[in-house]
Amino acid sequence: MASTGMKQGTNGWEPRIVAFFCNWCTYTAADLAGVSRLRHAPNARVIRVMCSGRLDPQFVLDAFARGADGVLVGGCHPGDCHYMEGNYKALRRVRLLQRMMKDMGIHEDRFRLEWISASEGEKVKTTINTMTERVRALGPLGLPERFAEWDEEMDGLAHAIAAQEEAVHA
Amino acid sequence: MPETNGHDAPRVGFYVCHCGHNIAGIVDVAEVARFAGTLPNVIVARDYKYMCSDPGQELIITDIREHRLNRIVVASCSPLLHEHTFRVATEKGGLNPFYFQMVNIREDVSWVTENHDAATHKALDLVRAAVRRVAHHRSLATKHVRIHPDVLVVGAGISGIHAALTLANAGKKVTLVEREPTIGGHMAMFDKTFPTLDCAACILTPKMSAVKNHPNITLWSYSEVSEVSGYVGSYTVKVKRKPRFVSEELCVGCMECIDACVYKEGKTPDEFNQGLSKRKPVYIPFPQATPQVVLIDPDTCIEFKSGRCKKTCVEKCDRNAIDFKQKEEIKEIQVGTIILATGFKTFDPKRIPYYGYGKYPNVYSSLEVERLVNASGPTGGDLVLRDGRHPKTVGIIHCVGSRDRNTNRWCSRTCCMYSLKLAHLLKEHSEAEVYNFYIDIRAAGKAYEEFYDKLLEENIHFIRGRVAEVTDWSARPEEEGKMIIRVEDTLIGVVRRVPVDMVVLAVGMEPQADSQDVRRMFNISCSTEGFFLERHPKLAPVDTFTDGIFIAGACQGPKDIPDSVAQAGAAAAQALSLIDAGEVELEPNTAYVVEESCSGCKSCLNICPYTAITRDETRQKAFINEALCKGCGTCVATCPSGAIRQNLFEDEQIFSEIEGLLQEKESVLTGGGAWRAPA
Ligand SMILES: Cc1cc2nc3c(=O)[nH]c(=O)nc-3n(C[C@H](O)[C@H](O)[C@H](O)COP(=O)(O)OP(=O)(O)OC[C@H]3O[C@@H](n4cnc5c(N)ncnc54)[C@H](O)[C@@H]3O)c2cc1C
Ligand code: SF4
Ligand code: SF4
Ligand code: FES
Repeated sequence: MASTGMKQGTNGWEPRIVAFFCNWCTYTAADLAGVSRLRHAPNARVIRVMCSGRLDPQFVLDAFARGADGVLVGGCHPGDCHYMEGNYKALRRVRLLQRMMKDMGIHEDRFRLEWISASEGEKVKTTINTMTERVRALGPLGLPERFAEWDEEMDGLAHAIAAQEEAVHA
Repeated sequence: MPETNGHDAPRVGFYVCHCGHNIAGIVDVAEVARFAGTLPNVIVARDYKYMCSDPGQELIITDIREHRLNRIVVASCSPLLHEHTFRVATEKGGLNPFYFQMVNIREDVSWVTENHDAATHKALDLVRAAVRRVAHHRSLATKHVRIHPDVLVVGAGISGIHAALTLANAGKKVTLVEREPTIGGHMAMFDKTFPTLDCAACILTPKMSAVKNHPNITLWSYSEVSEVSGYVGSYTVKVKRKPRFVSEELCVGCMECIDACVYKEGKTPDEFNQGLSKRKPVYIPFPQATPQVVLIDPDTCIEFKSGRCKKTCVEKCDRNAIDFKQKEEIKEIQVGTIILATGFKTFDPKRIPYYGYGKYPNVYSSLEVERLVNASGPTGGDLVLRDGRHPKTVGIIHCVGSRDRNTNRWCSRTCCMYSLKLAHLLKEHSEAEVYNFYIDIRAAGKAYEEFYDKLLEENIHFIRGRVAEVTDWSARPEEEGKMIIRVEDTLIGVVRRVPVDMVVLAVGMEPQADSQDVRRMFNISCSTEGFFLERHPKLAPVDTFTDGIFIAGACQGPKDIPDSVAQAGAAAAQALSLIDAGEVELEPNTAYVVEESCSGCKSCLNICPYTAITRDETRQKAFINEALCKGCGTCVATCPSGAIRQNLFEDEQIFSEIEGLLQEKESVLTGGGAWRAPA
C-alpha cells in the first residue's frame, strides 16, 4: 500500500485531516488528481470555499477542537488568486494561527498551507500523502478528550474552592 | 412555480450515484445510501446508476413532490461538473435551487482511493457533512447581469481572424488586438499547407483583407492588452497601441519610403523571414501585410539615434504619413466577452546542442525552411543554403523538442505532417534526396494518412529512429564536407550514418513565452505545460474557468489549422450564445453586512480587492455593493464582529460541515461501514 501512503496506525487509528481548498486552484487540482487517477491517502476531507481568503481562523480552531488531527489549507499560488489577493490575506491569518497554535502546544506539522494551482494534480497527491504521514507520526491530537479532561480538572478545582470557602465561612 | 419554504423542518432527499463502475466499483454505494437513511432529517435515501441522466433527475423531482422534501443532497461527481444539473432538477421539483448540496465522491474519493473500505468510510464522512450543511441552506435569488454585446479577440493568427470574422458576420462589434505589425500569425509564413497543399496565402490573405475591411471589426495591430478588469458581461480593457511612427490613417502602403530610406540595403535581421534576410529601419513585414502600413523601428533608424538623418523617407511620402513624434497610446474599451487566440511559439532548437543548430550554418529550423521554400520568401523560393550551395541531400529530423523527457513531453501534433509537407516541397524546389528521421508517423486526421501514402510513392526516404546527433566529423571519404546524421535505424536494428547537405529540425509547438503573464491578466489558468487551460477537456474545450473568457487555437495546445479554425468557430459561438441570451446568471455567493452587528470598525474597508465595501457615514456602518462583490469571502473572515456573511458559504454552513466530517461516532454506531485500516 506504499503507493497510497497508507499504513496501519496503532490500534487502527487513522489521522483525520480537514482540508479547506479554494474553488479555482486547489479544488480544481484535486479534481485533476481524480481525473488522472492519482491514488493518494484517504485521510483528507475536503471543504470547498471560493477562495482561501474565506478561511476564518475559527474554522481551523473548530476543526481541531472537534477532533481533527491535522488541518490543510490549499490556495492559488501568490499572484494567481482568482480574486487577486485573497491568498495573501489567508497567508497572514495562517501565520498568526501558527503562532497561536504553538502556544497551545499543537505541533506545526498539524497545520499546513500549500499553494496548489489548477494544473498541479500531482501536488495534491504528494501534499496529502506527506501530511498524512507526518500527522500519523505525531499520533492522535485528541483535543476533544483533552478538553474533557480539562473540564474535569476545572470542575474538581471549582469543587475544591467551594469547599474551602464553605470551611472559611463556617 | 410554487416554492416550498425553508423554514419548515428540513426534509432531506439523499441520492448516491454509481456512475456505472466509476463510483460503485470502489465505494459501497448501497452502504452509503443505507447510512444516509439513518442520518437526522433524511426522509429518502437512494442509490442509482446514473444520477445525472434524465431518469436520475426525475427521481429527485418526483421525490420532492411525493415526500414533501425541502432539501436535496447528491453524492456523485465533482460539483464543478454537475452542481448546475442537480440545482436545475431541484428547481424543477419546485424548490429553490440553492436548497441543494453536492458531495464529490468520484474525483475526490473513488478515483483517488485504492482501498474499498477506506473509500466508503471517506464517502460516509462527506455525506454526513453535506446532510448537516444543507439544513442551513437558504433560498437565494440568482443574480442576472447584462452582457455587453461587443467582443475582444486577442491574437490575430488564423484562430483570432476566424473568430473575429464569425462574430462580425453575426453583426457583433469586435476589437481585434494583435501585437505584431501585421495579422496572420504563423500561417502567413507558410507557402503551402498540409494535407491539401493549397497555397497558404491564397486561403489566408482574403480573410486578412476581410478583417481589415469589415465594418464591424476594429483592428488594432502592433498593440497589446495592458489591463483587464470587470466580469462576464462587462469587462473594461486597456489596450496599449505602440507607435509605428507612421500614421495608419494616412499611409497607403505604397512603400516608396522604404526604397527612399538612406540605407541602401537592409541591415537588421528580418523577423518575418526568420532572420534569413535583412530589412531597413522603415519596413513592412511582407507585401500582403495587413494593415498595409509601414512602420519605423526606432532602434535602428538614424533619425531616432542621432536626430540628424536626411529623412529621405519623409521627403518621398507625398501623404505626409511619417510622424517621428508619434506616442504610445492607451485606449480603453468595454466588452462583454473575450476570446484569447494568442497561438504558440516554436521550440528553440539551440536547447538540443547535439543537433548543431546555431553551430552548423546548414542546420535549419522548420519555420526557416517554410520561408526558404516560399515563393515570396527571402530567396523567392530558391532552395539555396546559407553557404550559397544547393543541397543534394536533406535530412528532416522529427520530434525536435517533442515527445522527449529532456525538453517537452507532449506530441506537437503538427510536426509529422508539416515534415511530410516540407519533404514534398523540398523535392519540388530541388533535385535533392530527402530523408525523414521519425519515431512514429502520426498522421491522424482527415486525408492525412493518405497524404503520407502519397509521399511514400514520391521516393522520399523514411528512417525510423530518434537521431542521436548531427556532426561534421567525417569517418569516410563520401562524408567529407557534409553533416552526418547518426541514428539507430530501429526497423533493421543498425546504427546508421547519413551524410547530408542540409538538416531541417522539425521543431515542436510550445506555449508563448509570456503565456503566464497573459493568463494572469485575464485571470485564467494554464495546464502543466503552460498552454491555457480549458474548463473541461471534453465537454468545454474552449471555455475557461472565468466566465465570458474563451480560448481558441494553439494557445490551448498544439494543433493544426483545421482544428484551430474549428475551435475559433466554437469560441465565437460560445460568445454569441452569451451575447444573444443578453444576460447571464451569476452565482449568488456575494457577501452582505448584517447592520445590527457591524461596529463600524472599518477593518473590512480596504480588504476588498474590488472596492465593493464602503461605509455609510451617517449610520457608521459598512455596506457591500452587491454588483461589485465577486464573492471571495475574504471580508467575511476579516470582520472581527462577525457582521459580514456570505451567501452559499455562511459560517453555520461551514461549521456544520466541519462538525459532520469529524463526527465519527454515527457511522461506528450504525455498525456497517465502520472502517478498519487495511492491513
Ligand atoms: C513549421 C510549421 C509548419 C506548419 N504547417 C502547417 C500546415 O501546413 N498545415 C496546418 O494545418 N498547420 C500547420 N502548422 C500549424 C499552424 O501553424 C497552427 O495550427 C496555426 O498557426 C495556429 O494558429 P493560431 O492562430 O492559433 O496561432 P498563431 O498562428 O501562433 O497566431 C497567434 C497570433 O497571436 C499573436 N499574439 C500572441 N500573443 C499575443 C498577445 N499577448 N497580444 C496580442 N497578440 C498576440 C501572435 O503575434 C500571432 O499573430 C505548422 C506549424 C509549424 C510550426
Ligand atoms: S469589519 Fe465588520 S464590524 Fe468592522 S466595519 Fe466592516 S462589517 Fe462593520
Ligand atoms: S466577498 Fe470579497 S469581493 Fe465580496 S465584498 Fe467581500 S472582499 Fe469584496
Ligand atoms: S481563489 Fe484560490 S486562493 Fe483565492
